[in-house]
Amino acid sequence: MNETAEESAGAGPSQRSVEIGVAATIAILAVIGIIGALRVGTGWSAEGPRAGFFPFYICIAILISCAVNLAHVLRTENDGAVFASWDQINKVLQVVVPTAVYVGIIPYSGIYVASALLVASFMKVLGRYGWAASAAVGIAVPLFTFVAFEKWFLVPLPKGPLEHLLGY
Amino acid sequence: MEDIGNLFHGFSVVLQPYNIVLMVVGIVLGVIVGVLPGLGGANGVAILLPLTFSMSPTSAIIMLSCIYWGALFGGAITSILFNIPGEPWSVATTFDGYPMAQQGKAGEALTAAFTSSFVGALFAVIMITLVAPLVASFALRFGPAEIFSVYFLAFCSFVGLSKEPPFKTVASMMLGFALGAVGLDQMTGQLRLTFGFETLLTGFDFLIAVIGLFGIGEILLTMEEGLSFRGKAAKIDLKVVINTWKELPRYWMLYLRSCLIGCWMGISPAGATPASFMSYGIAKRISKHGKNFGKGEIEGVIAPETAAHAAGTAALLPMISLGVPGSPTAAVLLGGLLIWGLQPGPLLFTEQKDFVWGLIASMYMGNIVGLIVVLTCVPLFAAILRIPFSVIAPIILVLCAIGAYTVHNNTFDVVMMLVFGVVGYFMKKTNYPLAPMVLAIVLGDKAEESFRQSLLASQGSLGVFFSNALVSTIMTLGLIALFWPMIQAGLSRLRGGVKGPRTAA
Amino acid sequence: MSATSKVLTFGVAACVGGAFALSIAPAKAWEPTHPIEIIVPAGTGGGADQMARTMQGIITKHNLSKQSVVVINKSGGAGGEGFLDVKNSKGNAHKLIITLSNLFTTPLATGIPFSWKDMTPVAMMALDEFVLWTNAEKPYKNVKDYVAAVKAAPDNTFKMGGTGSKQEDQIITVALEKATGKKMTYIPYKGGGEVAVQLVGNHVDSTVNNPIEAVAHWRAGKLNALCVFDSKKLDYQEKIAGDKAWGDIPTCKSEGLDVEYLMLRGFFMAPGVKPDEVAYYVDMFKKVRETPEWKDLMKNGAFNTTFMVGDEYAKWVASAEKLHEGLMKEAGFLAKTN
Repeated sequence: MNETAEESAGAGPSQRSVEIGVAATIAILAVIGIIGALRVGTGWSAEGPRAGFFPFYICIAILISCAVNLAHVLRTENDGAVFASWDQINKVLQVVVPTAVYVGIIPYSGIYVASALLVASFMKVLGRYGWAASAAVGIAVPLFTFVAFEKWFLVPLPKGPLEHLLGY
Repeated sequence: MEDIGNLFHGFSVVLQPYNIVLMVVGIVLGVIVGVLPGLGGANGVAILLPLTFSMSPTSAIIMLSCIYWGALFGGAITSILFNIPGEPWSVATTFDGYPMAQQGKAGEALTAAFTSSFVGALFAVIMITLVAPLVASFALRFGPAEIFSVYFLAFCSFVGLSKEPPFKTVASMMLGFALGAVGLDQMTGQLRLTFGFETLLTGFDFLIAVIGLFGIGEILLTMEEGLSFRGKAAKIDLKVVINTWKELPRYWMLYLRSCLIGCWMGISPAGATPASFMSYGIAKRISKHGKNFGKGEIEGVIAPETAAHAAGTAALLPMISLGVPGSPTAAVLLGGLLIWGLQPGPLLFTEQKDFVWGLIASMYMGNIVGLIVVLTCVPLFAAILRIPFSVIAPIILVLCAIGAYTVHNNTFDVVMMLVFGVVGYFMKKTNYPLAPMVLAIVLGDKAEESFRQSLLASQGSLGVFFSNALVSTIMTLGLIALFWPMIQAGLSRLRGGVKGPRTAA
Repeated sequence: MSATSKVLTFGVAACVGGAFALSIAPAKAWEPTHPIEIIVPAGTGGGADQMARTMQGIITKHNLSKQSVVVINKSGGAGGEGFLDVKNSKGNAHKLIITLSNLFTTPLATGIPFSWKDMTPVAMMALDEFVLWTNAEKPYKNVKDYVAAVKAAPDNTFKMGGTGSKQEDQIITVALEKATGKKMTYIPYKGGGEVAVQLVGNHVDSTVNNPIEAVAHWRAGKLNALCVFDSKKLDYQEKIAGDKAWGDIPTCKSEGLDVEYLMLRGFFMAPGVKPDEVAYYVDMFKKVRETPEWKDLMKNGAFNTTFMVGDEYAKWVASAEKLHEGLMKEAGFLAKTN
């Protein structure tokens, strides 16, 4: 993937490839936007611009600037700059993956149980705290949010089987 | 003169011990709802509303409006400590407030933010006291074209600010506009860019984007750099308040300018968000330390906070005198007025003198009480940064998720928050500025709406934006602001100065 | 002897107790166990929002419910957000939604899939009136002069401000265009309060605001009320704007503008709720209607105070839906099916 990878200890995907990826992703979003804008009409009717007028030209502007950004990246030599070392990326994934799981199970478990698991496992695995401390904070945080949101401020948050069992 | 007498009468009402207790209660509750994401002043007002029925309308409005002040103060706290603005007008506070916290200067940043809020609010209240009727008639002059010109000025004074490559700034801002356009088109009543997904009906809410881009994105960056918040060194000592205060008077010009911008934006219905961005942008251009903005410059905290609060306070005037609430919290206050049989409108000032002047007096006192309450808590807030990252990070994640969920009571928004978080991480690492994107999401659809309303009224003629003195002046100011970097570059070239700031790319 | 009498007394007491329990049992109807949410499918400060928040206050102040009431604005997608939420909360008896005409217009204009049939009708609280307003500084002070001014101006130069696009205000505007034979330019704003302020600021030439949205400016002498879009004059005779009462405003029809329109202010619940749950709210609303605060609101906003529940209400809604289908179709406001 990257020729300079072996040269340094901080090996990882090159800044260049990520730059290209980001520009391409934004360009794809712009194309989706253009399709959406065409559906509702991009013209200038008697009453001024139609619903798709602004989104259409905005997305064109995005496409143009993406092209410029891409050209800029492609023109410059690959200087071997690294986006982030694999080690760093690993660390980032250690947050992204649990958070993704957390977000994924909220609709089924409710937010309180999911939060307890997230806080406790985060502390246990990444913070290397003991079971007792992790569990204590893990339970205290959702308990506090439950009291604050459900009881005090009357803001209902997603609830799952456990809460239903307890009568909420 | 009669008004001044009324005001003193108002003070005598407000200063009863019972009412002062109510103020403290309101402020504390307001700060709590301001800090917790997903809760706004509206929630605080709603839970206290039942209590207020046993009080006189004046006592009730004192307590309720203090929640409003408390929430305004509280919004700055998460912006500075965690890079998570809870309200649109706190976004600009993160630009320098969060870097300050990272450098161990959270106490200074918080003190500056709170003090600036207070100064801004106080300035606006004084203005309301002195020129209320004039101000109300000024607000009436703002039709769609004038409102658009204000948004235009806000954008212009903010773009071109970033050190990032210009086309990345354009891409980022336009992406913000595109995201802001998703949902119902207000002008034609048509859905657009929703592709048949019911979850996209409501569009991309600012709060979800900001929690993700700023809050989650920041956690990912911190994670990458090794598990620690760099704010550990924060002094937790009340002396920091005094020391910061010693510095602040030096910025009197900045305060004055920000207050004026804020009041003006608050009266014209544009509101606190453009005020904070505009004030930040102008401060960055004019300040001697302009280059340090974004790296933890105290002026970058003072400017947006002062303007936002001047605007937030000044905006209460149109609410009282025209009956149009400028924010959800103001709407709840409006609901309160109706229950007590007070009809907001031009006549409230003459028919309900006691109430109106009581309210204005409570604006003075509420802000003073609020400042004392939040300043004494500065060490406490700063101490939060001493909690180890592996404990505070998941708690922030949980609070972010709750905040994202409560926007539309929708778990899909929580997913979107995480997506925005990852996007924010990549954009930050590849030098795409996030602030223009957020500004575009917040103001994009409003600006488009007023633009199209103007064109409807003018039958498609762009001349409407230069049709009278007011709108022409604002538009011209906007154009000057837009081309300011070039004007400045031209000037410095004439002086044989250094190259432009675009070397960072 | 004493023993038997004791037994007897005990027996009687037990019987009485039993009868008492029996008589209580059916009366111990359903009661909410969580906070009650009132969803407003519109922004803050509008007519529906004001009504919902006033009711929140009334219910709390008069202790009409043991649970608290929370008002939530879900205005996304022309109110579609709020209606879809209720539609998808099957069996949830703690959620009420207050309606405006977007109950009918939003599905027709945007294609967002909901209809009143997806929900459980509870009660009609009132009907909201519409009044033709103009700025007091303008030379036209009555309908005749107004129509003459509209006709004298070229097409599309007369500006009508209103709330939302392809909703009630624009429907009335189209009807006015038909009655006068002149095209107007309709400018949509976000909320009724804003529309009234734009009229006071002379940024539009007329509006069809609900009374409550414009009453403050009317009282301050900034606006003129030309006519009311109802078949009869309003019921309120108290002088509120100088020497004028709501009842003094002529009907548009009597002034030669044959346009009538009333808007539903009613409540719906989620689908699949039980009859005793609906009955609880009907009962609560009846109590709300008896409070002085509610009567004040009705007077202030010159509402038509018709109250309907059950089948009568459902029938009314069904006919209103028909009416809107016709009006929207005629105006060319139906969503393109694509």
